[in-house]
Parts: sequence; structure tokens; C-alpha cells
Amino acid sequence: MAVKRMFLDPSRCIGCRACVAACRECDTHKGQSMIYIDYINRGNTVATSPSLCMHCEQPLAPCAQVCPAQAILVSPDGVVHQADESRCINSRNCVYVCPFGIPKFDTSGNYMRKCNLCYDRASIGKSPMCSSVCPTQAIFYGTYEEFMQAGRGDQGAKPVNVFYFGQQRLRTRNYVVMHEDDDALDLMALAAEASLGAVAQTPPSTLGEESAPWVDADAAGIPERVAPPRPWAPRTAPQAPTTPAPMQPGTPSTAPERVPTAP
Amino acid sequence: MSVDKRLFHRGRTDTYDFHSATPEQWQSNEDIDQYVPTHCCYCGVQCGMYLKVDGGKVVGVEPRYDFPLNQGMLCPKGATAYQTVNHPDRLTSPLMRRGGKGSPLEPVSWDEALDTIARRFREIQAEHGADAVAVYSGSSMTNEKCYLMGKFARVALGTRHCDYNGRLCMSSATGANERSLGIDRASNPVSDTEHADVIFVIGANVGECFPIVTSWLWRARDRGTKLIVADPRQTPIARTADVFLPLRSGTDSALLNAMLCVVIQEGLVDEEFIRQRTTGWEETKALALQYTPERVAKVCGLRPETIIEAARLFGHAKAALIYAARGLEHQSKGVDNGVACANLALATGNFGRPGAGYMTLTGQGNGQGGREMGQKASQLPGERDIEDPEDRAYIASVWGVNEADIPHAGLPATLMIPAMERQEIRACFMICSNPMVSLPDQHTAERALRTLDLFVVCDFFLSETAELADIVLPGNVWAEDEGTSTSLEGRVIKYNKAVDPPSGARLDWDIVCDLARRLGKGEYFPYKGQRDIFEEVRLATKGSKSDYFGITYEKIEEQNGVFWPCPTEDHPGTPRLYEDRFGFPDGLARFNPITYLPPAEEPDEEYPLVLTTGRVIYHYLSGNQTRRTPFLFEMAPCPWVEIHERAAQALGIGDGDWVTVRTRRGEMTAPALVVRSIRPDTIFIPYHYGHQEAVNILTNPVLEPMNKIPEYKVCAAAVVKATEPPAWAAKFDPDLLKAAQRSRHGLPSAGGKVGPRVNG
Repeated sequence: MAVKRMFLDPSRCIGCRACVAACRECDTHKGQSMIYIDYINRGNTVATSPSLCMHCEQPLAPCAQVCPAQAILVSPDGVVHQADESRCINSRNCVYVCPFGIPKFDTSGNYMRKCNLCYDRASIGKSPMCSSVCPTQAIFYGTYEEFMQAGRGDQGAKPVNVFYFGQQRLRTRNYVVMHEDDDALDLMALAAEASLGAVAQTPPSTLGEESAPWVDADAAGIPERVAPPRPWAPRTAPQAPTTPAPMQPGTPSTAPERVPTAP
Repeated sequence: MSVDKRLFHRGRTDTYDFHSATPEQWQSNEDIDQYVPTHCCYCGVQCGMYLKVDGGKVVGVEPRYDFPLNQGMLCPKGATAYQTVNHPDRLTSPLMRRGGKGSPLEPVSWDEALDTIARRFREIQAEHGADAVAVYSGSSMTNEKCYLMGKFARVALGTRHCDYNGRLCMSSATGANERSLGIDRASNPVSDTEHADVIFVIGANVGECFPIVTSWLWRARDRGTKLIVADPRQTPIARTADVFLPLRSGTDSALLNAMLCVVIQEGLVDEEFIRQRTTGWEETKALALQYTPERVAKVCGLRPETIIEAARLFGHAKAALIYAARGLEHQSKGVDNGVACANLALATGNFGRPGAGYMTLTGQGNGQGGREMGQKASQLPGERDIEDPEDRAYIASVWGVNEADIPHAGLPATLMIPAMERQEIRACFMICSNPMVSLPDQHTAERALRTLDLFVVCDFFLSETAELADIVLPGNVWAEDEGTSTSLEGRVIKYNKAVDPPSGARLDWDIVCDLARRLGKGEYFPYKGQRDIFEEVRLATKGSKSDYFGITYEKIEEQNGVFWPCPTEDHPGTPRLYEDRFGFPDGLARFNPITYLPPAEEPDEEYPLVLTTGRVIYHYLSGNQTRRTPFLFEMAPCPWVEIHERAAQALGIGDGDWVTVRTRRGEMTAPALVVRSIRPDTIFIPYHYGHQEAVNILTNPVLEPMNKIPEYKVCAAAVVKATEPPAWAAKFDPDLLKAAQRSRHGLPSAGGKVGPRVNG
């Protein structure tokens, strides 16, 4: 059977954190959220991006491999689980080794916690909470074929699950949606680029490119209506009575038009 | 990638979380007694969801994959909606100021509270006339309750003055629909989004205010649909739009006229459609041609090429859809703006086909149904005209009263405020509304409400408004009763009952009917439940524009909702309007020429910036519910001032600084969020907060002439760096403010320092 995977598409994310709220509602890690939404650069744009456990396939689960207590289970279906409370010895190796920075150490319970794809749901074929609720389906759960059939590929989107960290190649169960030209995501290269360019290199906001100074209608030479405002009163034309407003809604206002001559 | 280290800082003692308030670990409720299929109580999308019920308590939420509109999806409000049900802030006893104004609210028995209300209403009406008592209702409740409030006002109280908070929300849309198209409903179901070639979103922050509709937009874009967005801020959907028009607030009708002008000039109008299905084109055409994109661009603060590009895209589309919402409706020309949208859609022949139409995205949960059920100042149930003798006679026959006894049109909600100040209205029964957050010019609104001799509020939490009340009646939340609601696409859906109200609280309809009995009108309110009321709604709307006669509770469940009009029981409902004819007797749509009306306040030397307000995704309306939900509260605990970095630099304001915003109405202090995602001449403050955090202290109470909606979206403002944090900041845990700053980048850190400058 084809493996169901998560597809994370930051271009669709609206930063609503419905996933964060819903993650807390799952029965396997109730009360705590295992997914993160970050603003990429709030000063410049409202763009946001979700991160959650990618469930590494090749090499298989580095977090589990470095665990000295074998507390992290990889179940036969490829799901990398959070640390077993009774085995975890607080080494935090998993926290240090994860290339995506996902596992978090729970200091109150003294064990590592992270996404297990809502195992109570995923193991019986249900969609995990975050992808179930995601209002934009920036987090999509399904097989690769299902994702492509949804039509996103036609618009130049391509899911990628190969990452490079320097020489280290990593293939994950979950995908990040990139552009059709991309085959892999080289995170070290991106990080280097970002730190070299710093904020000065951030592209200008789309808003900055499109907005311009303004003048009033008179100066611009477009027809405008005159209806002086009074607080707590409907804006009506000057010759309208100044007594309390007529009770009858539905009367279209018939204000005089001021048509300036064209400049 | 994530740097969020806050994960394990558990629930705070000062906020309540159903599962983590106790020191024990959150136990999973694996044994669920019942999954109750219902809908979210918040915005107009009315997403389907299951409530998990265990041991007579609502303990969680489960996605409902089989509801066609949201297919399991929920926004953060929906995912946490269930937490209001068992909330410790729930009111469980009537409260009354026994010692009169100024004395504290103290618990009293239901009998004492209701008898006092009935006695005082009678006294006030005997002394000052029947119209001295007003009913101020709301739309975030079931159709049945909305209907009941209209009937209660007209029959039990006999007052003309009955209106609702939809006046502040969708009344401009109503005006535009009625003037141009003839039926006050979105023209298409949301699923039509997929069939559009171009979607033009103007004044609608779809991502934050109608999150689930975003998935339909994205789905359409997967097919290659082009997206045009007009908004003074970079909203989440504007970020990737094909054409983005960051117009100056309050210039929408000019922009729409300019787009119509380009469409005409380039020969993109649908002459055949105009000839066969509309009237009034020539006049509109002549006026629109005066709005050339070059001139209008100067007024809107845009580049003319962008307007032309948007108009071409729209005009060439086989099917184009306009989404509009409060951004253009919350203006003193809100109706004009809506009509201008309809003009553009009509001129290009975009009606009555899949993916072609003009949809206003209604904001409140039952914003659509609430405006049809006869709680409006000028209407009887079924959008019937309260001044039309035939409509009056029909409703009189349904109610079993004399036509002459039905009062005539009363004051809309926004004009009730000055009437209260004039003491023309001396008592008010309010339900499902929180004007002490939602009305503009809060100082005046508060003065007016305090002038009332008797102010009764029915709510399930002690809202900012209920704090001013003389008597507070504890009602029910949506999960405690069944009833119908009509979503923004005109689909009538049904809430199902999950649990009983907490001991001491009562069902809203029961409270109102009991009060009617004590007013001596019990015979007209013999209901045993909302189902009985719905049967009367069906009858009352029979044959009207919003015909519910063919809708039954059973049919709603079978079909996953029914779109009105649905005139007979074997009628499947009407998802798409205007396929053959428009809603006027002659079946033709109306063009109305729209001359640009500038905003009531333009910036000047004293107030050089434009203030606009709006919602954030974490809060619903006045925040009375969502600010009490810990997850949502922690995400956005207080208002902030979004300001462009250029404006901020000129004013010496850094990210996170406390800034004071002044307008001609008042001033408020909040932290600055310095960004490039807003126009440099504009500031934005979210409106969901009360007391000194209410941006509506600042907003302009000038009203639209036809439907009396206030101009929330534009006023002139000045910003200065605050000398000290506002008093309200002291009530916040500094850690909470810091956490919120991290999560929204730039929310307050008290005494925040000037952040790193970015070059624009």
C-alpha cells in the first residue's frame, strides 16, 4: 500500500495556527502541540511556514539512531515515535541531532516529545489532526499520487523530500512543496545565503512595490459626491434636513454631483 | 527550523484551559460517549464538526470529514470552540443591581429578575410610550432565536425599536444586494469558487476572517485561476496574488469604477447580457467612463498600470467571481461600494453561471439568517417590508394578531444610541451583542447605555456590555440547544444539542418566552422548543424571497444543509441564484451609477495617518468568547498598532514600542508592530478588545445614509510614541506579552527598544 505522507506547502500557509490548536486535541499527545508555525520575516511579509517531524527514511530516523537508550521507536509503518517515557534517560541526543530542530525535551516529564503523526489516528487510516483541520491544506496528508492528483503539480509545484546538509543527504517520509525546478533542498546553502545577505537582501514587500502616494478626488479630477459628515448621523447631501435621519431605509441618496473639469 | 522553545511552558494559572488547568497531566478521553455532529458557532462559514461528549460534558472536537464545505478543516477558533461550553466564566445565575444604578450586580432568582424586568418595562412603557423600550438583538445565534426576538419586540413589547448587530456588519451588503440584484444573499455557493477563472477579492481578509474559504481559493488556483486582491494591507492571500492592489482605505468605489472604465474602453463588456438581463446601463456607463485609471490611481494611491492589468484580467475571464466583505462595507458609502462591485460583475455578464457572481462574505455565524428573520428595524420575517400592507397582513395572520397592532419601522441599531442619549429610548433588552466593543465612538456609546433607566443583557459570559447592565440573564451556548443557522452561502444548517446548559443558566428562547408570558403575551409564545419556532419560521417565510417553507430539520440532515429559497418540501434548495432571473419583479438587474464619495475624514496636518480596523484570526467579533479561550487569548492577548517602517522611522517608533493613537474621538495606547506589509500612510488596529483596549474608542461614528453602517474602516489618526505603558498593560503577565511578541513578531515587550532597522 502506498505510504501516506505529509506535504508541507509554505506558499499556501496563512499562519493561522489551526494546526497548533488542533494538535493539542489529539489523543496521543493531548494538551501539547508538536507543530510549529513561524513567521519567516514578519517585518517584510506575512509569510509563514509550518514545521513538524519529517519522519526521516534514509538514513532512518537519526534521532532514534543516536538514542543511547533505544527509547525512540520506529514502527514498521515508518512512523518515528516520541521517546518512550520509561526508557528515556534524558541524554537529549535526539534534540541535538535532528537536522530540522523538531524534538523538544519535556523538562517536566524528563523525556523527549515530538510528532508521531497522531498515531492513534494515522494507524487506523485517519488523517492526523493538523492536516485534517488546516484551512488552506498547506499541510496535506495523503499518498504522493493523491497529492499530485489534487492538481498542484500543474501550477509548477513539486514536492521534495531530499535535503542536503553539506555533504549529508537525507530523505524523509514527509515532503516540502517547492518549485518544479527543485529536486532537493540544500539547507546549509540557504542558511549561508541568508546570513550573508542579512535583511538588506530581503526582497521588497509586494505592497511596497504597488502602493503610491495619493491626492484627493478634486485634485485627481474624478467626479465626487459631497456629503458632509456628522457624528451618529447618516451622511446625506447638504440640502437634506438636519433633523434626525429619515426612518425609511431604502431611499437611495440623491446628492449633487461635483464634476471637476479635466486637468 | 523552528526556534519555538515555548512548547513546554504549560497553561498559566490566570487563564483557564479545559484540559490543562489542573496540575495533573492532560488525560486523553479515549472513551467518548457520543460524537455529536454539529457546526462551529463562530464565523459565517459554519464549518461542520463533531463535539465529543463524555459524562454529560463536552470534552473535545473531532473533524467532520463528511461536511462538504469544510471537509474536516477547522481554523484555530473552530478547533477550540468547544472550550467555551464548560468554561468557569459561564454565568449561572441572573444578576441584578438591587440597589439601583451604581450598586453591584448580585445574584438573584429567575423569578425576581424576570418579574422586575416585566414590571419595569410596563412602567416605562406606560409612562413614556411603547417605543421607549428597545430590543437590540444579534446574529450569532440561531434563526429561531433571531425570529423570536423580532416577534418578542413587536408582539410582547409592541415597540417599533427592534434592531440587531448585523447593522454593524452586513447591512451595506444588504443594501447593495437589494439595490442591484434584488435578493439579499451571496449569489453563489462557495463551491463555485473552483469554477471561476478569475477571483477578485476586495476588502476581504479571507485568510483570517473566513479561513476555510481560503482552501477553495487555493483549490481554484491549482486549476490556474488568477487571483486579484485589493486591500490596504498585505493579507495572507494578497501575498501570492497575481495582481495586488494595495489601495488607500475608503477609495473602493473609485477603484471599482476605474476597473469598469477599463472594461468598457477595451470592449470587454457583455453587451448581450446587459441588453437581456439588466436596466440602467447607459447612465452607469457614462459616469464610469469619467473614472479613468490614470486619475483614479492618484486617488487610490496605486499605479494605473496595476488597475488596468486587474481590469483586463477580470474582463477577459470566462467566469469571474467577486468576493467582498467588511473592508468596503464598513464605510459611509458601504452600499455604494457593494453596488459598484455588482455593476462590474453585471457589465461583464458574470452572474448565474458556475464561478460567476458577486459574493459578500457574511461575517457573523448566522449573519445571513439573522437578516432575514424579522429582527431588523424595517423588516418582518422573510425579509418582508414592515411598511407593506400585504406583508404586514400576512405576518399578522401567522402571529394571530391584528395587522394594526404590528408596530411600524423603528430605529436601526446605530441610531438607537443617539435616541438613548435623547432619552427617547429609556430601556433596552439586549441579547447576543457586545456594543461596548463593537460600536464606534465608545465614549458616546457608553454614555448612551448608561443613560438607560433599565438595561437588560442576556449573555452566557459577562461581556463588557453586560458589565453596564442593570440585569443580566444567563443564557445558553450553541452546543446546548438545537436550532438552525444560515451560512454565508445561504445554506441552512443545523446545530445539534450536545449537553444541557449548566445549572442556573437557561435556554435563550425559554428566557424570552418566559418574559413574554410575564408581560401578559404568553399565548403568542407557546413554544416547547426551537423546533416549534422553526415550524413557525417556515410558515412566516413562505412565499417570501428567503423562503424556508420547504426546509425541515430532517431535510437539513439528509442533504447536509439546504440552500434557500426552498419553497416546497420536495424542492432541493437553490445553491446558485440568478440563473434565469434577478430578484426584481421584472427579473432584470439594476445598474446604479456610483459617484465617488470620499471618506468622512481624510488625513490632515493634525491627524496625518489613516486608521483602519479589522479582525485577526484568533478572535471572533467582540472577543467575548475567544478572549476567554486560553489558546486564542495567548496568541493575541491585546491589540497592537500595525505601522509601516517608513512612518515608524519618521515618528521615531521602534518595533514593540508603546504608541498612542489619537483621533477626534479619543486616544488609546498599544504596542507598535513595525512592518512593510501595510501602506505607509495607513495604520491598522484589531478591534476585538474592550475597555481601554478598544480601537472603537477611536473610530468614526458617521453613518452610511441608506443602511446606517458606521465608517469603521477609515478615519484620520495621529500616532506618537507613548511616554509610558497604558494602565491595562499592568494586568498582563509580562511573560505572556513576551511570548505573544515572539509568536506574532513584534507584539509588546513592555518598554521595548527600537528594533533593527530594515531598509525599505
